[in-house]
Order: sequence, then C-alpha cells, then structure tokens
Amino acid sequence: MINLEFIINTISLGSLYAMLALGLVIIYGILRLVNFAYGELIMIGGYTMFLLTGATPLPWLVISFLAVAAAMFTSLFTELVAFRPVREKSLTAMLITSFAVSTLLQNGALLIISPRARAVTLPQLFQTSVMIAGTSVPWRNILTILTCIATLVLLTMLLRYTVLGIALRAAADNFTMTRILGVPANTVISTAFAISGIMAGIVSIFWIGRSASVTPTIGAPPLLVAFVATVIGGMRSLTGAVVGGFVYATIISLLGVFLPPELMEFREAFMFVFVIIILLVRPQGLVRSKTSVERMG
Amino acid sequence: MRLSNRLKPFYTPLLLTAIVLLVAVLTELISMSLLVRIVTVMFVSLILVLGLQLFMGNSGILSFAHIGFMGIGAYTSVLFSMTPAAKTLANPEMYPFLVTLHLPFLPAVLMGALFATFIAAVISFPLMRLSDAAAVITTFALLVISHVVLVHLDRVTNGPRTLFGVDFKTTLWTSVVFAVITIFAVFMFKESRVGLRLRATRDDAYAAASIGINMVVMRWLAFTASAFLAGIGGALWAHFITSFSPYSFYLTETFVILAMLVIGGPYSVSGAVVGTLVVTATREILRAIENYINILQVFPEGFFGFTEVVLAIVLILILVFRPSGIMGSREFTWPPRSRKEDYLGADQAANPNQ
Repeated sequence: MINLEFIINTISLGSLYAMLALGLVIIYGILRLVNFAYGELIMIGGYTMFLLTGATPLPWLVISFLAVAAAMFTSLFTELVAFRPVREKSLTAMLITSFAVSTLLQNGALLIISPRARAVTLPQLFQTSVMIAGTSVPWRNILTILTCIATLVLLTMLLRYTVLGIALRAAADNFTMTRILGVPANTVISTAFAISGIMAGIVSIFWIGRSASVTPTIGAPPLLVAFVATVIGGMRSLTGAVVGGFVYATIISLLGVFLPPELMEFREAFMFVFVIIILLVRPQGLVRSKTSVERMG
Repeated sequence: MRLSNRLKPFYTPLLLTAIVLLVAVLTELISMSLLVRIVTVMFVSLILVLGLQLFMGNSGILSFAHIGFMGIGAYTSVLFSMTPAAKTLANPEMYPFLVTLHLPFLPAVLMGALFATFIAAVISFPLMRLSDAAAVITTFALLVISHVVLVHLDRVTNGPRTLFGVDFKTTLWTSVVFAVITIFAVFMFKESRVGLRLRATRDDAYAAASIGINMVVMRWLAFTASAFLAGIGGALWAHFITSFSPYSFYLTETFVILAMLVIGGPYSVSGAVVGTLVVTATREILRAIENYINILQVFPEGFFGFTEVVLAIVLILILVFRPSGIMGSREFTWPPRSRKEDYLGADQAANPNQ
C-alpha cells in the first residue's frame, strides 16, 4: 500500500498543509494571535476565481494571481480595520475579534453570493494525470509540490535577504525589542498579514482545485488543518510550520491506510486529542524556536 | 441587624432577578406565542452565558469548549427523559442499555448536567495550566472533538441526523426558575473564596501564586462548574426545541454565546445578563428584517446571513471602543454607584497583562 503513488500524494498533501501552516504561524509568531479568520481568506480566493472565470475571459493563470491578490488584500484589510484597533488591548480581545471577522466574512459571502456551492472552472491540467514510473500521478499534485517549493524558496529569500524580512524575523523573536530598535510595528504586522493572505490565496487555488466548487463555509476544514499542523511543528517557528505540515500530512495518509474504517470517522477527533497532548507535553512543538514561551503551573 | 443590611451583599443578584422576572411577567401578559418562544430561548441562553462568564470572567481565559458541554448535556438528558418507545422510533440502532434508561424531566436534566460536569472534571485538569493561545487552541480542540464524537456516535446520538421525539418540558417559567438560580449561583461563586482567588490569578498570576493560590485548581473548579451550567442549559434547550442534531452545538452557537458575553461585559454577572438581553433583542429584530426581505423575495438566492454579519460588526465595534463590554467590571448595585469609582478596575480587568 505504501508505494510511489502514496508517497507522491503524501508529499503533495504535505506541501499544501505546509503552506497553510506557514500563513497561520507568520502572524502568530509576531502577534500571538491565532487567526480564526484565516480559513475565510481561502474562501475569498475561491470566490474570486468563481466570479472571474464566469465574468471575464481572462486566462486561468491571471485569474489565480488575482485570487491570491484578493486574499492578500482581504487579509491586509482585516488587519487594518479589525485587528489594529484591538491590538493594544488584550490577546483575548484580538482572538474574539478574529472569530468575529471569520463569522463576518463567512456570512458576508452567504449574504452577497449564495449559501449554495458555486462551481469553479479549472483548467484541463487539473483533471489530467501523468505516468511516473508506472503509476498515474495527477498533475494537480505535481503542481502543488512545485508551487510549494517555489513559495518556500521565495519566502526564505525574502526573510533572509531583505530588510523587511529580517525585521519580520526579529519581530517574531522579540517584538518589543524590535520596536525599540526603531522598526515600525505597523509595517511589520501588515507585511505578516500580507504574507499570510498570499499563503491562503495560493492554498485556495489547490484546495478548491480538489473540489472544483466553493461554499461560504469552505474555510473551516483548512483552518483546522493549519491548527493541527502548527501545533505539531511548533507555534513559534516558520521551519516548524513546514515540518508540521508534512508530518500532519504523513500521519493523515498513514491513518487512511491503517485505521479501520469505523474509526476513520473519528480521525479529526484523534488529531485534536493529539494536539492537546502536544500542547501539554511539548508545547514548543517539533521545532523549538530560539525564544522560549512563558508557562506556569 | 436590619433586613436591608443583611440583603446588601445580594443586591446585584436580586436586581438581576428583578429584571428577569419583569421580562418574564411582561411576556406572560403579552402572551404571544412567538414572544414566549424567544424569551424562553433567551433565558436558556442566559444560563449558558452565565456559565461561560463563570469561567471566562473570573479566570480571564477564553474558552471555546462551552458549547461542547452544552451538547453533551443536551444528549445525555434526552437519553434519560425519552421513553424507550420514543428512543427506538427515533434511533432504531441505539445501544440496548441506553434504550432502557428512563427518568422524569428534572432528574434527566440533572443527569445531563452531571455527565457534562464529569467529562469536564476528568479531562480539563491538565489543560488548566495553559494560558493565552495554547488555552484557546486546547478548548477549541475540545469543541472539535466533542462535535466529531457527537456526529459519529450513531448508536447514541443518531449521528449527524436529527434526533426527534423529545418531550416538550421547558416552559417559560421552567427557564425563569433555572435562570434565577443560575444568577445567584454564578454571583455567589464570584464572591466566594474560590472566585476571589481565581480573579486574583487573572489579574496577576505571579502575585497570586506568591500568596499560595493554586491557579490550576482554581481554574479547574471554575471550568467544571461552568460545564455543569452548560449541561443544564443544553438539557433545558433540548427539552424546548424537542428535535435537534449535533450541528446545533458548534461554531454558530459558540459565536452567539460568546458575542452575548463579550458585548455585555465578560467581567461581571450583570454584564452577562445585559449582553444576553441586548443581543437577543438585536438578533430578533435583525432576523425579523431578514425574514421580511426573504418573504418579499427581493433576492433570487434568498437573503441569509444578515443577522450574523451585523452581530459580528457590533462585536468588533464593542471590542474596539469598549473592550470590557457594556458593563465593564461593574455590577448593578443599589443605590447606583458612580462610574468613575470603578473605571480603573474595569480597565485592569480588560487587560490583565499590563
């Protein structure tokens, strides 16, 4: 059962989960905010694709770039309008705000578009497969892997070689100190939200590429995936997010093979029990960040 | 000692009871079946919001697990209160030992609450040392776990399908009696030794630890008590709605209950009451508008989500401009206290990290 097909599928799933987790962690690292509205950015990307494929003759590649842009601008907009004003107040206020933003976007889509699923036209490439070493591999999976590699390379370069990227990494380690040294907080946070939005946008292309439709509630499953992946990998480390994404995908794929079907239904529950255990036993996750997390009790 | 002096510590719950009774009597006098339904659900929500206030307000920790315990309470109580015949009809696959269970309404409600309490007490102790984001993710994880279990435990809950055939037992006055008892219980918890210690850990965990307060135990007691109230709320709700599915106990319900508490003011019992009243009134007006537009058929796809959108915007505005809610950390008292006196307290409660 564990053959080449399984391995490629798992790597593809891992790539998707890694990008998902990165988008969540990049904000958490700086603000300690678990952004519940992250899933809705994927929904925004999906609806952008739906609206544009129906209304414009634009090629698919342009549309997917616009979908990423839409997710990014939504992310920036929510930061500006909702998160920035409550940022100084308390973490709880920020968490509840993100929950409210999530509800707002979800029901906004319900109100403006429709509660029913909308079909998203995908390019032919997403439905075809290629033969690699005797097994048929969907192009979609190969594209996911390639996109993930490209995204990770670009993100690493951004974080290592640009001033903004270095400021971002410094802020993730010690935000207060970074601000004292003269890095403007708003710029750093906006950048983090922009990157988070871009990640959600990219994920939306492939996530919606699997179901070929978009609904107002499509953001919930990827959000849960991102939660689990980030906790496994380590909430404070970007490398951890990537590792967590791949580990989670591997666990899910293996469970799919080895878990009896009647327990398979409870897979999500098992994963979240696992999350709780990790938070209790190894809260820093697999990849420990340089700065330690305060803990009591 | 004069009576008024002896009653003085109870002015807040007495005033809140007066508000509840006033609303109930007015509802009874108007006696419109829709209004009776709305007000009954409101008092059941009030029990849930007060239960959440008991934990969140005193510990300062955001909990998403509350509605999960509501679901556990609802299903457990229903398994006890339904007749074996009704259970076989609603869910032919149900485990035989569950089918034979049968208790009258009030003991069934109690069983629901006790089972929710038991689950909370068993699983929550190790989780109580976590704060901030870790606490939020673990309670969120609890909500997801309880939801997945309720949806897939076919032979107990009838799976994702609706469980029907529950007897209607929760009348307006049942909900009033439970709500009033809950108001007193939550208020007395806040003023009790445990409540006071818990609030100390909320305001400054280190200072509290230095005078020998065991934060984990205090939080655990509050979490367990809060699950008890969630169980009661769920059980009463189930015997009002009479047919429901596990989807009633997930994120939508969580959002509403959380909005009620945060808009009213999570740091005071009065805030929980005010929030429940204000949000219920707002929601019902918005829902009426939504229904009206749907009847007019202005939009071909229907007009859904308007209520939630407005509620979410209101919640965000409250968090931006008045983060400790309408009441702050103030309670209703008599004679009314000046606002200035307590304002500092409200600020600190809203931001214990400062």
